[in-house]
Amino acid sequence: MAGTMAGTTAGNVARLVSQRAATPLIYLALVVVWEAAVRFFAVPGWMLPAPSAILAAAADWAPDLWHHSLVTLGESVIGFLLALATSLPLAILIAFTATLRRVLYPVLLGLQSVPKVALAPLVILWLGIGSLPKIVIVILVCFFPILVNAVAGFEAVPRAMLDLMYSMRASRTVIFRRLRIPIALPHLFTGCKVAITFAVIGAVISEFVAAQDGLGYLIMISSAQSRTPLAFAAIILLTLISIVLFYGVELIERRFVTWTP
Amino acid sequence: MKPDALAASPVVAAAIDRTRPSAPVVELKGVTKTFSADSHTVHALGPVDLAIEAGTFVSVVGPSGCGKSTLLRLIAGLETPTQGSLLRGGAALDGPSREVGIVFQDHVLFPWATVLDNVLLPAEVMALPRGQALERARWLLELTGLKDFAGHRPHMLSGGMKQRTAFCRAMLADPKVLLLDEPFAALDALTREELSLELSRLWQDLRRTALLITHSIDEAVLLGDRLILMSQRPGRIRLDVPIDLPRPRDVNTEKHPRFIELRQMAREFLFSPASA
Repeated sequence: MAGTMAGTTAGNVARLVSQRAATPLIYLALVVVWEAAVRFFAVPGWMLPAPSAILAAAADWAPDLWHHSLVTLGESVIGFLLALATSLPLAILIAFTATLRRVLYPVLLGLQSVPKVALAPLVILWLGIGSLPKIVIVILVCFFPILVNAVAGFEAVPRAMLDLMYSMRASRTVIFRRLRIPIALPHLFTGCKVAITFAVIGAVISEFVAAQDGLGYLIMISSAQSRTPLAFAAIILLTLISIVLFYGVELIERRFVTWTP
Repeated sequence: MKPDALAASPVVAAAIDRTRPSAPVVELKGVTKTFSADSHTVHALGPVDLAIEAGTFVSVVGPSGCGKSTLLRLIAGLETPTQGSLLRGGAALDGPSREVGIVFQDHVLFPWATVLDNVLLPAEVMALPRGQALERARWLLELTGLKDFAGHRPHMLSGGMKQRTAFCRAMLADPKVLLLDEPFAALDALTREELSLELSRLWQDLRRTALLITHSIDEAVLLGDRLILMSQRPGRIRLDVPIDLPRPRDVNTEKHPRFIELRQMAREFLFSPASA
């Protein structure tokens, strides 16, 4: 009996380890296959560099990569925060003002369909090539997911909970603070997680159009000069920035939204 | 908890409502309710005439969709009558009142708040003195056996415990009238029975004017002083009889000949084609 139990426990541990380790191991295997294939088929470095070549390029260009990463990160985060700061009050106004909801909300939903990245050249034409137009583009791409989800969140209050509040003659302020905000929070965070991913895309696209720094700019010029390993290093950094920002938002969500199972 | 101990509790001594049984706490005169959506209207209730005296427990039973929940929502002030008048404490009703506590069908607890914070919600909404409210909340949790769960979130509780928490919340601000809207409907049969016996015991101690909406005849007879049977929509009061069973009531009450008689009468009344 004891033997069987110990055996099961050991089996469970092994299964857990293999489950946890599976993803990193697959990544590692892919990198090894990639390295081997490039060497075996003698693929030219400007077409597909080996992982070792990418690592070497990253080491050579470390200070530049660091600088350009900070630029892109800064544009993404500042744009995201500004989008949050503008869309949240607007969402509250829309959710609680019947007129705004009827007049303004359909207009905003219509504008949402405009592919924001297509506006990038125009925004740069209007605002020049500093960091301002890039932040504006990031704001544009982040604004709608946050707005739409926040409005939905403020309206997601179950009827029975409202009845409970009404039955105690709760004021609008109390209902807002004690009921609508907690109900809206998970929805708001959903919007923020979509937006933070869009933010990085928006920043890179605007750097593609016209820029003097940022990872998008670095990818553009290094590709143009056939410095493919450097372009790859920049793309990997960009991916890391996206992942870190996404999990950053998720971490904050876990601090605030502790009740959804 | 014994009644003596109850009276000794500083918070509650003043709270026990020993009003004369003469003045109706709630009075409905020719009340009807019609809901209209787009082109068609639904006549949900009435006309209903009903007077509830202070300190009585009124049980309302009726088939699904007979408007019994509408009746409760009208008395709660969450709906306004289409016709007729509704008086509370002799004055015309002006929306919900803080003197009315409601236990809803689905506990309606806030998932982000602990049991204690859920129970304290009325104190916060009504800006009651914090210390006193806390003392009362703890006392109510003790009374309902939830003392050790004060810090738990609702999702960690069983269905019965959630509904107990909802009961404590409804009682926190010491309401004159307690409205129970099918409070056990979402529970399994065993928990249902356990909770209705517990409610009977609690009510024995707390003595509040109460209105119970239910579709269980047994529950209605076990708990009430008065049994009201309603017809199909539009709901009308078809029968209004006193439940002259001795108190306190317990498991044995269901074996009482009068209990069986009342239950049989209610069944025949509800299931006979004439009343449908």
